[in-house]
Amino acid sequence: MATADIAVDQAAYFDWLCRLGDNCLVLGHRVSEWCGHSPVLEEDIALANTALDLIGQTQLWLGLAGEVEGKGRTADKLAYLRDAAQFRNVLLVERPNGDFGQTLMRQFLFDAWHMELLRALQKSSDPRVAEIAAKAAKEVAYHLERLADLVIRLGDGTEESRARMQKALNVLWPYTGELFMADAVDQAVVAAGIAPAPESLKAAWDRTVAEVMAEATLSLPEGTFQHRGGKAGRHTEALGFILADMQFLQRAYPGGTW
Amino acid sequence: MTGAALPDLETVRHWLSQVPDPEIPVISLTDLGIIREVEWQDDTLVVTVTPTYSGCPATSVINLDIEAALRAKGIQKLRLERQLSPPWTTDWITTEGREKLRAYGIAPPVDGTAADGRLAGRVARLAGTSNLVIACPRCGSAKTEKVSQFGSTPCKASYRCTDCLEPFDYFKCI
Repeated sequence: MATADIAVDQAAYFDWLCRLGDNCLVLGHRVSEWCGHSPVLEEDIALANTALDLIGQTQLWLGLAGEVEGKGRTADKLAYLRDAAQFRNVLLVERPNGDFGQTLMRQFLFDAWHMELLRALQKSSDPRVAEIAAKAAKEVAYHLERLADLVIRLGDGTEESRARMQKALNVLWPYTGELFMADAVDQAVVAAGIAPAPESLKAAWDRTVAEVMAEATLSLPEGTFQHRGGKAGRHTEALGFILADMQFLQRAYPGGTW
Repeated sequence: MTGAALPDLETVRHWLSQVPDPEIPVISLTDLGIIREVEWQDDTLVVTVTPTYSGCPATSVINLDIEAALRAKGIQKLRLERQLSPPWTTDWITTEGREKLRAYGIAPPVDGTAADGRLAGRVARLAGTSNLVIACPRCGSAKTEKVSQFGSTPCKASYRCTDCLEPFDYFKCI
């Protein structure tokens, strides 16, 4: 396989692939919680389809993670049989859905980053990463377009919708910094040419967010404090509740299939 | 198929062109452009399939349908391979497939209009200056409007015709 030519610490590589997969898995699950509860039918369908895209991407990333680890763990095993401390998603994606506006704001802030990441990963030194990124980038481009439109319409909307979108931005802002923080795992994959440095994605993300918030008549928060921990497995209690729901069946009926 | 000649690839392709897409049964898997390669490796038939959307629930059904169709034709040694790259694009839907979609009431994709993640085109679209015309598959009118970017399956968006007032699906471009 291609990785034989790429000098990288395999444990770090596995960890990094879990970050990609877990971001999609946890956000996909969060978004799917809206199914049957959205304000209008079209948005219900849109959110369910967005969640579906994310779960599809999860299968690709966690499938590759299992392959790199080489211990026979499939995407399903990684999703259903790890506990919270083994999850590597950023804290942003496990934030509770809040109201509809907060869900959309979280998705926009994530998509704007996800798009830049996937664009850069298409040049990865590992062709398996590059081809998953090329596939996912098409879906995420579609999400980003929809989310930018909605954030602008609701921000530059009624007094009520604008207030809710500003509140959502303020609440979520301290969870965006983790996307751009690098640690030893990032440094290992960056050195191997597998991934871009997290901080290198910041300028483009800043531009997209500033442009859309300006059109949405929303103000960027000024606070500089940023939470961190998710990428290293230190999660908020919110993740435990997600896993209790998502993993219930495999824990109650181990190995169950249908 | 011991002792008998292996069917030629044209025949196999023809068989695959008879397998309907599970969610939009008016078009076949070959119309959809997801059969990337068909080849014999010794006496094993290898069919390479690319997924449409990474989370499309039809993907596993499609693999089952391919297998069932080829087994029914007497193929004994068969292997299905997944190919992600280059990623599937709606540009690969055949001309014939597009006509079948339109006749079925689904507006076919307009090539070259996929989102690319850069937001430059968004302002023009919001301002209504986009020249993208999605013709109504029922009456042919160009006066249509988007209802939602997502529709009844992951591959479709919802539109409405402002002339004949019918709602319809548009095959979204990726």
